[in-house]
Amino acid sequence: MIRILYFASLRERLGSDGETVSDAPGSVAALRAALAARGGDWQQAFAGDQRVLVAVNQEMADDASLLKDGDEVGFFPPVTGG
Amino acid sequence: MSIEIRVQADELDALAEIAAVSAGDTRVGGVVSFVGLMRDLNQGDDIASMTLEHYPGMTEKALRKIVDEALERWELLGVRLVHRVGEVRPPDPIVVVAVAAAHRGEAFRACEFIIDFLKTRAPFWKRELKADGSQRWVDARSSDDAAAAGWGD
Repeated sequence: MIRILYFASLRERLGSDGETVSDAPGSVAALRAALAARGGDWQQAFAGDQRVLVAVNQEMADDASLLKDGDEVGFFPPVTGG
Repeated sequence: MSIEIRVQADELDALAEIAAVSAGDTRVGGVVSFVGLMRDLNQGDDIASMTLEHYPGMTEKALRKIVDEALERWELLGVRLVHRVGEVRPPDPIVVVAVAAAHRGEAFRACEFIIDFLKTRAPFWKRELKADGSQRWVDARSSDDAAAAGWGD
């Protein structure tokens, strides 16, 4: 099981702040592909040309990062703090 | 060595944070600080207020990592990094970075390094409420990426 969190404009666009998925994809790239395959806003968010950053277990990660059972994955737009 | 990193919804007292970074440490020869303030104008629009969202848990880790990197690069005697979340109004402070060191060079460089990396690595997002009542998410700026990249790996 993997816990997924969505933040900021991405959360609003998807209408969801998070979910858990039971079939853990092997990598961030595979997870992105699975989410994009839902179509509509999901496809635009995860297969479109806007940058969506990713963190695995609260550390910045990338598409090549591997996922395992129990991981927390956060997806979010480029950050704008400070 | 005094290190303090906080994320808070309460108002931020910038001068108190700056004073605290060197309090009681007579080895400190200089304190450099950056205070980021909420403006009432952005991209030509009047801004009434802003809401800062973050990723609880990751935010604190990301800030700690940035401060740890600064401590590896420079000889510092104290760092305070405090960031607001929630609703902020002009001219509230949004972020305070205060760095104490024996000499000014380390303090200046570390302070700029910390704010440059915070801008690109710490998971905060701003949503503006314009004076006309509409809302929008603030876009990331490529100049911030360039500033962080300028420090190298």
